[in-house]
Amino acid sequence: MANSDNNRRKFMATTLQSVGLTALGGLLWSGYCDEAKASPLVLRPPGALPEEQFLDVCIKCGLCAEACANRESNKNRDGTQREGTLKMAKGGDHKLIGTPYFIPRDVPCYMCDDIPCVPVCPSEALDMKSLLNEKEELDINKAQMGLAVVHKESCVAFWGLQCDACYRACPLLDEAITLEYQKNERTGKHAFLLPVVHSDVCTGCGLCEKACITEKPAIFVLPREHSMGKAGDHYVKGWDTKDQQRAGERKLDEIETHNERSQQAPSDYLNREIEY
Amino acid sequence: MKNLKYLLLRRVTQIGLMFLYFAANAYGWHILEGTFGSSKLFGLIPLADPYTTLQVLSAGFLLGADVLVGALLITLFYMIVGGRAFCSWVCPINMVTDLANWLRRKLKLDKEEVNYRFLKRRTRYWIMVLGLIVSAVVGIAAFEAISPITIMQRGIIFGFGAGVSIIVAIFLFDLFGVRNGWCGHLCPLGAAYSLIGQKSLIRVKHDHEACTNCMECKIVCPENQVLHMINKESISVTDGECTNCGRCIDVCNDDALGFSIRKLNKDS
Amino acid sequence: MALNRRDFLKSAAAATAASAVGIAVPSNLEASANEAQKDWRWDKAACRFCGTGCGIMLATKEGRIVAVKGDPAAPVNRGLNCIKGYFNAKIMYGADRLKTPLLRMNDKGEFDKKGKFKPVSWQRAFDEMEKHAKKALKASGPEGVAVFASGQYTVMEGYAAQKMMKGGFRSNAIDPNARHCMASAVVGFYQTFGIDEPSGCYDDIEITDTIVTWGSNMAEMHPILWSRVTDRKLSNPDKVKVVNIQTYTHRTCDLGDFNIIFSPSTDLAIWNYIAHEIVFNHPEAIDWDFVKENIVFTAGPTNIGYGMRRAGEKSLKDGKYTAKEMETISKEMEKKVSAKEAPALAPYGYKEGDTMKHTAGTLKHWHISFEEYKKSLEPFTLDYVAKIAKGDPNESIESFKKKLKDLAAFYIEKDRKVVSFWTMGMNQHTRGTWVNTLSYNVHFLLNKQALPGNGAFSLTGQPSACGTAREVGTFCHRLPADMMVKNPKHRAKAEKTWGLPAGTLNPVGNQHIMKIHRDIEDGVVKFAWVNVCNAYQDSASASHWIKAAREMDNFIVTSDGYPGISAMVSDLVLPSAMIYEKWGAYGNAERRTQHWRQQVLPVGDAMSDTWQWMEFSKRFTVQDLWGEYTLRNGKKLPNVIEDAKKLGYKEDTTMYEILYKNKGKEYKLDTSKFPQKGYDNSDCAGDSRKVLGGDGKEAKGCGFMVHEYLFEEYASFGRGHGHDLAPFEVYHKVRGLKWPVVDGKETQWRFNVKYDPYAAKAVKESGSKSTHAFYGPLAKNLLQGTLTGPDKSKGKKALKNKAKIFARPYMDPPEMPDENYDTWLCTGRVLEHWHSGTMTMRVPELFRAVPEALCYMNPKDAKAKGVKRGELVWVESRRGKVKARVETRGRNRPPQGLVFVPWFDEKVFINKVCLDATCPMSKQTDYKKCAVKITKA
Repeated sequence: MANSDNNRRKFMATTLQSVGLTALGGLLWSGYCDEAKASPLVLRPPGALPEEQFLDVCIKCGLCAEACANRESNKNRDGTQREGTLKMAKGGDHKLIGTPYFIPRDVPCYMCDDIPCVPVCPSEALDMKSLLNEKEELDINKAQMGLAVVHKESCVAFWGLQCDACYRACPLLDEAITLEYQKNERTGKHAFLLPVVHSDVCTGCGLCEKACITEKPAIFVLPREHSMGKAGDHYVKGWDTKDQQRAGERKLDEIETHNERSQQAPSDYLNREIEY
Repeated sequence: MKNLKYLLLRRVTQIGLMFLYFAANAYGWHILEGTFGSSKLFGLIPLADPYTTLQVLSAGFLLGADVLVGALLITLFYMIVGGRAFCSWVCPINMVTDLANWLRRKLKLDKEEVNYRFLKRRTRYWIMVLGLIVSAVVGIAAFEAISPITIMQRGIIFGFGAGVSIIVAIFLFDLFGVRNGWCGHLCPLGAAYSLIGQKSLIRVKHDHEACTNCMECKIVCPENQVLHMINKESISVTDGECTNCGRCIDVCNDDALGFSIRKLNKDS
Repeated sequence: MALNRRDFLKSAAAATAASAVGIAVPSNLEASANEAQKDWRWDKAACRFCGTGCGIMLATKEGRIVAVKGDPAAPVNRGLNCIKGYFNAKIMYGADRLKTPLLRMNDKGEFDKKGKFKPVSWQRAFDEMEKHAKKALKASGPEGVAVFASGQYTVMEGYAAQKMMKGGFRSNAIDPNARHCMASAVVGFYQTFGIDEPSGCYDDIEITDTIVTWGSNMAEMHPILWSRVTDRKLSNPDKVKVVNIQTYTHRTCDLGDFNIIFSPSTDLAIWNYIAHEIVFNHPEAIDWDFVKENIVFTAGPTNIGYGMRRAGEKSLKDGKYTAKEMETISKEMEKKVSAKEAPALAPYGYKEGDTMKHTAGTLKHWHISFEEYKKSLEPFTLDYVAKIAKGDPNESIESFKKKLKDLAAFYIEKDRKVVSFWTMGMNQHTRGTWVNTLSYNVHFLLNKQALPGNGAFSLTGQPSACGTAREVGTFCHRLPADMMVKNPKHRAKAEKTWGLPAGTLNPVGNQHIMKIHRDIEDGVVKFAWVNVCNAYQDSASASHWIKAAREMDNFIVTSDGYPGISAMVSDLVLPSAMIYEKWGAYGNAERRTQHWRQQVLPVGDAMSDTWQWMEFSKRFTVQDLWGEYTLRNGKKLPNVIEDAKKLGYKEDTTMYEILYKNKGKEYKLDTSKFPQKGYDNSDCAGDSRKVLGGDGKEAKGCGFMVHEYLFEEYASFGRGHGHDLAPFEVYHKVRGLKWPVVDGKETQWRFNVKYDPYAAKAVKESGSKSTHAFYGPLAKNLLQGTLTGPDKSKGKKALKNKAKIFARPYMDPPEMPDENYDTWLCTGRVLEHWHSGTMTMRVPELFRAVPEALCYMNPKDAKAKGVKRGELVWVESRRGKVKARVETRGRNRPPQGLVFVPWFDEKVFINKVCLDATCPMSKQTDYKKCAVKITKA
């Protein structure tokens, strides 16, 4: 009896310990995974789902990177293969391991017309549907890998120099990057030719970042959610008939606003003693 | 002289498969592309890892049809034919842990059996379940985020980077820590394949008549609990944890072990 | 610090204030230096690259250039630069600079044409050069020794080289790469004005109302000038119009009010259309007062070939050209008049299907009446021109016609100022001279030339194509300051100035740069020296010349800063000092001469080209070079050794003493005074590197101020002849001056009485009341005749102070797309890289920006050929093929049927594909059009 009691107590203790340790392991594991996916400044292949979803759906098979490296347009003149755009995150890359990404300053996305990296994706983490144009054809211009941002202080065009290397490198020249002409009051006769990026067209391919002639690129690509602000949905540009699209669906149950000033019910507020 | 037939065959298979994966990236071959997570055979047939697929699904995402079909194909193959053969015939980590195990024997590090209180062979099933829970909680395929198997495989295909450290860690763990520590105790993928392959057709069969009870097979077997019938009765190894590696057959000097097809009518 | 920089700037600003349009120099330009920079020395210089001629300032520290800035006091660029200029501080410091002479040798250390390059001393290098030059002289006479010269020579280098070649070797086989870039403009200037170089200047940009670019991607090739054009457009967008006319859409088109894409070569027709529009439909727009006073009408022969090899030449007979190549080359002798060109040639007596028999190119022309000129314009109706000139098959003929009409209207509009800019599109043209002169026709008829804001203006490609190649005269046919070797008076003047016996100079100057290549292939030239250019990468039909250099019995030397194709082809490679490692001067496209001082010591054992020429000249004596020679054409060069003795030379007097030292020693080295004070002078005084020179001893320099000497002697040719340069020292104080510099003042608009003292003088002398005097002296005495030929019986007519309008039709180029080679190939540059890329490809940032030359193609063509963007194609002509990557998006967007491939990338060696047809008058190669086929690689 005592023995079986003892055994039962021992069994209970062991079970409890096992469960506890499992919970501990689970917590640590979850913590690690949560950290590992928090590497926000990563550029993904064309058609990638929103980062949160992408990190899960991507099965880390590398088929996209293989298609990228082995595409016909990635051959050197001697028939050897150039370094592909897409890399698979390795330990030490500080990105979720096994996921595809690219660093435009090293190898930008060349925006292949047939987008070889996307159709091979078995998990649909790279979503073909997002890259279809009106004619239901794959169209790389639809890609939104990121958005180029210009740092004015280090961009030599803003000094007045004649550069526009980014503009000339852009596959959507005069659409994704345009030149804005400004008078140079200092010299009186040399116009500034300033690169301006248009977020509605820029795909984030990074050819501009690669071409930028400054020591550290003055134009660089960031994931769109990190390079874009957002104006309120409640205001529509009166002079732009298309802008109403931006407002989207205004949900009625979200119309009411809340903040520190409005948190008290009117009666609570009014029933306070007024100081005088 | 010990026979190395199955060992060599396995190494050829493992290295050959790894080379095909490598060549897909390096030379653009269309024989076996991708990684275990998801592959394409002959540029056509999708293959996918069932456990990885399960992790993604449990994280709450619907996957592309290719992956689902691929996972199904792989599951069916191991379920019906291969058993847990993935672990010894395909997985590259197996070469690391085999090396650690061999060195461990050579260095005679296993003079006494150690009993680890919380590190049992069943621990891997806990981890397997835990992986699915963590995937569901965090929203990413949890084991894939740390899996040394695909880290090693991607390392071979795309370059290792700092990922090599986890391979070294497993080697050291298996060499100086727990015998068969990774594959036999921890790996949730192995656990998944153990479950999938329980009823597969290809089995090691023991011939009690021929056995001289030398116990060589039990020494080399990485999952030697499955060889409980040695010198006891003439039956097949039916435990799903057997990886069908065939080392026991190689080392048996008495022809007491061999591969056979499980008899369908006589289930155990 | 050698001098007070503030004073320096003040004087510079003062000197240029009178002429500068726009803003005065900012008052405070003193840079604030931090502690680590306190030993930086800033000094002014000119940018190394294009013909714009931007001023820069360089900072040196411990013998290295550490920083660069645009010179805010420079009127051209006001402190700005393009991205090549931005990297001036880095161009000399590529890790693979040539640091020692390299000779092809066998294992025994002997020269071996098939040997590997191994380092040798300067002494050994000059030993070999001497040996092989003497061998070449013995075999072929002066015609056997040649130099590939450069528009990137400093003024002094060019002068030193041409003096030794023409005065020493008596060889006129010295011709610059500027032949490839400016020769058509030059012949255009000579024929029209009788003197080289533009009448206007960059200030036109700020004054004009209309900028028309013809075959010029100014936005990429002259970025700083383009920013001035952009600024002009911006300052009054409604009034100021920009029109761009070219064979494919490029960066410059961005700013155009409209852009005209024409079919290659039909710019000839478009210019004639504008003239037709004026003469037939808007005769009231012709300023008859101006035309009658200043202009004569002229015509020349049309059957002048295409500057290719002619029947009977040795290499043709030897079968060095394939049957496919001969398909094109055969057109050099005769061709069938095509349907496309027949209407244009009708006034000259040709009809479709006629066989036109070509003579070799000639500059001959004669005086015709206005009625005859009008007759030549008659075919150039809107319908005809639109039909042959429309270059984009996807554009409607109506849209194209409207553009042509609008273009003509801009020119014709009274009181609208118009500047026509052009670059290589009009110069690299089998009828380059024609199209250049056609541009002046329109401006002359409307009196819109040589006026502020009005004029046709040739934009130069190279930094000193004007200053050195043209003004110094490093062309085979030229002597300094617009003098010609053919002219006995000019030779006599040069002989006198150079202290040579009469009759020393060779009167036959026909070995232009393509002829030198061809002469090497024919086995005539056996010694060739490549100076400051990349003659084996930059010449069309390149495989022929490389094969000739590598396989035939000759000796090729290349002096360069970096190893490139020419060095690889050579037998001996000499390490040259690069731009800021030597004293120098450049002259830009607007006649602005700019000087700089040696900023740093050259790397390794590199020495300047001036020094190399002086060392080389020490190896040749009067006895060696001045005996009798018989030239190929049978003419004899007399033995002048006895005459030399009368001048006080001995048989063993070296050319160094005669050509450099005799008069040079009067120019003292004085390092205590400006401008020499504080600056190195490796050529004149040696330097701390103690390089072992041509005699094996430490090179201590020539001991006199050779740069000042060479510059002053060269300047003496032009002073008083409309080509006046300021004294050497002045240029070290100012930010360049536009010649002619008369009474210390530069000239903005030549031939204009109000601005050009020479024009004022000419008008005063002739007693006319004209606003202009086109006083250039060349070809001002002409026969009279009709479109089809001169009538000798009428005698010659003097045309003093007059410019010419030429009747010149449209003609097809010799090679056009057909069923086998169905695509036009046009080549050119990109902003990021300079010429053959030897410097810019070594600047990491520029290399990263544009690492390889792409084949720009219309997306529809790519689709038709089954190639995708980024894939490799073969670009194949009758002469060769290269592999290049296809780009269908981006900066250059050709119409269907045309591809564009830049030539900077030696790995995409496009000049193997190009045809070496030239303008038969200017001998400038047409790199802009040949027929190719594109196939997937």
